[in-house]
Amino acid sequence: MADQPESRPALRRTSRSTGSTCRSSAIAPGAPSEAVARIPVRKTYKLYVGGQFPRSESGRSYIVRTPDGTPLANAVRSSRKDVRDAIRTARGAVAGWSGKTAMNRGQVLYRVAELMEGRRAQFAEEIAAAEGLTPAAATAAVDRSIDRWVWYAGWADKISQVLGTVNPVAAPYFNFSIPEPTGVVGIVAPESSSLLGLVSRMAPAVVGGNAVVVLASEGRPLPAVTLGEVLATSDVPPGVINILTGLRRELVPIIASHMDVNALDTWGVPHDMRAAVETAAIDNVKRVARPPRGVDERFDWLDDRRAQRPEWIASFLEIKTVWHPIGM
Amino acid sequence: MATKRSADAPRALIRPKSEDVGRGTPAPSSWALGDGQQVPWEYAPAPEARDIVQLKSRYGLFIGGKEVAPRSGQWFTTVDPATEEPLAEIARATVEDVDQAVSVARRAFKREWSTLPGSERAKYLFRIARILQERSREFAVLESLDGGKPIKESRDVDVPLAAAHFWYYAGWADKLEYAFPNRDPKPLGVAAQIIPWNFPLLMLAWKIAPALAAGNTVVLKPASSTPLSALFFADVCRQADLPPGVVNIITGPGEIGLALVKHPDVDKVAFTGSTSVGKEIGRAVAGTDKALTLELGGKAANIVFDDAPMDQAIEGVVNGIFFNQGEVCCAGSRLFVQESIAEPFIERLKDRLSTLRVGDPLDKNTDVGAINNAAQLAKIEELVEAGIEEGGEIYQPACELPARGWFFRPTLFTNVAQSSRIAQEEIFGPVLAVLTFRTPAEAIEKANNTAYGLSAGVWTEKGSRILDMVSKLRAGVVWANTFNRFDPTSPFGGYKESGFGREGGLHGLLAYLDLDGGH
Repeated sequence: MADQPESRPALRRTSRSTGSTCRSSAIAPGAPSEAVARIPVRKTYKLYVGGQFPRSESGRSYIVRTPDGTPLANAVRSSRKDVRDAIRTARGAVAGWSGKTAMNRGQVLYRVAELMEGRRAQFAEEIAAAEGLTPAAATAAVDRSIDRWVWYAGWADKISQVLGTVNPVAAPYFNFSIPEPTGVVGIVAPESSSLLGLVSRMAPAVVGGNAVVVLASEGRPLPAVTLGEVLATSDVPPGVINILTGLRRELVPIIASHMDVNALDTWGVPHDMRAAVETAAIDNVKRVARPPRGVDERFDWLDDRRAQRPEWIASFLEIKTVWHPIGM
Repeated sequence: MATKRSADAPRALIRPKSEDVGRGTPAPSSWALGDGQQVPWEYAPAPEARDIVQLKSRYGLFIGGKEVAPRSGQWFTTVDPATEEPLAEIARATVEDVDQAVSVARRAFKREWSTLPGSERAKYLFRIARILQERSREFAVLESLDGGKPIKESRDVDVPLAAAHFWYYAGWADKLEYAFPNRDPKPLGVAAQIIPWNFPLLMLAWKIAPALAAGNTVVLKPASSTPLSALFFADVCRQADLPPGVVNIITGPGEIGLALVKHPDVDKVAFTGSTSVGKEIGRAVAGTDKALTLELGGKAANIVFDDAPMDQAIEGVVNGIFFNQGEVCCAGSRLFVQESIAEPFIERLKDRLSTLRVGDPLDKNTDVGAINNAAQLAKIEELVEAGIEEGGEIYQPACELPARGWFFRPTLFTNVAQSSRIAQEEIFGPVLAVLTFRTPAEAIEKANNTAYGLSAGVWTEKGSRILDMVSKLRAGVVWANTFNRFDPTSPFGGYKESGFGREGGLHGLLAYLDLDGGH
């Protein structure tokens, strides 16, 4: 998708002002007005970085369309500098976030679920428009996204007990292994599942104490931006979650090769880019979390048994082993 | 004894001159015996008999349970680094040999090993552990002969730990579902494993034991300068009646290792070695479905606070950097001493260095043996020279070095900058860079100022400070009031550019399993 400034079509956006249906009717300029038709106030979709909503420093945007091709909105087309700013911001947030108590991190994640619950209708409307889902399917995706935050929130103060060990070494030493966050995680969110896929990949990285830079679905980025608006009013400290929108082919290589990113989630990386992305990622020995063999964009994110798992938290954790002598 | 040797330092880097030989061990200055005095005793030689190792003149590849000649018809020589004498000729594998080894491993995986009940796999591994124990003296001597490490280290560390690894993982083979509850753990298939020359047998055990316990078959390539213990291990597999093809060993240069890693029928790649080669391997598997674990280089910080138990800290620092001639990925190559005790600590450290016995690896009194290979010695010399050029102040005890073989004196640098090459690059030799700090925060800042993150050490009597330091050091293994301890139950592996994945313990199994049962 590229800029098409010469033929910018009218944008059909979802709107909460049009009543109870999830998919609003198109509001095109010059449409015949009923009695006193209200002109809806449209939202500008921006980035979410460091708790703020910047536009791209580049001033670029691209058109987001529904699956049937109808233009929905202009989304920010992030630049290399936006990526770097987001990574720097995330790095700055790692110490504070990973230093919080596990219970506190759990409560912060749970709070995200609380706030999303209050915006179910808005998310459902946006997902329906973005993904071409029926209202029921869109609502199911939203509900599952909220429940996923809750599921991962509960893991915050348990994952160490599942992944940690006390090791019975054959000498007089006390020896234990505990998980610690990797640091800054770059996440290329799944392309088709705009919210549920995004939350399913983001929550496990965040609950472990990492700060993340997320590249939202390229074709369906709007629900991710709205999630940023939820996060901004949540208790997630600024900089812990940063959400960028833009073009995969332009931005993924930048994240993959950035030397201050510790781990990379490649679930949303197009298959033909995988080799190049993993080649770039090894330059600073990034941990790469990739979908298992045979898994593609048709992955069923509603399937709790497969789409939420403690190993996904573990893939963004390091195991630290500590030795100390036992003696008088 | 002179403590400042900058003036004649370069002399210390090259092979010992004739006047160095036969001077005996100079007394530490703290003994106040006066300059030029010798320690008031001499050690009698205590050589370990080497005739327990029966070497053939040639060793082929170990494929499908048989020793086979390389298709290249070419052989290379492995030498004793302490004498530079050849030990044996080793097969130089070709790409076709790699093909053959992988397909044999695949067949053994499908037909035999993956279908064998875990309880039966366990018994083979227990057998291997027992045979290694039974043949421990032979393996210890062999390891010192081929690798140059002191016999007391191969005898007390390498070989017992290698046997212990097989013992530990043997017990997991039929208990995988307890290791990962609610999952369906299944082996990955054929594992390609490449190991370094610093702990040839131990690294083999770290790789093969968990792989086999999890139900994988392996093709392992030992380092070209230390292939013998792996080839002797082939004989252990035969003695254990391990089904042919479950373990295959190929030998050859790095390009053969790369061919193995790139082989399309390999499911898992495990590598231990330098960070630069690790990255090369990462690039070779990029875009494939192969699972990858890397255990790479390190530049460990050993941090000594002013309340540390001094004698233990000195021993720990010495063990941290001079164990195995410093050819250890987790070696404590950067010493951070709190400023208030820096002067006396460094003095005592120098004294301790002067009593280290450098020489014949097979002598039971030897503390520091031979450098593994000529290229490594050249690299150590290059970095030490860079350390001097960058303003570091070098100290080396004037110990006697054997006239032949690849040896390097225990070396210590003070006045080292954070940015100096000897403080940043992995030397992989008996060279310690000493730096200082004032506050714990400064120690953390400096210790973490490296691309590596394999290990670290903390020395203090204050428990709460240990735990705080432990949580802030970005390293996979932290030794508190100890250093360079290893155990099969204890996960080992790095943060950052020291690699990913863990070896040892329950976590070590994860590298060789698919928890979704292959679907």
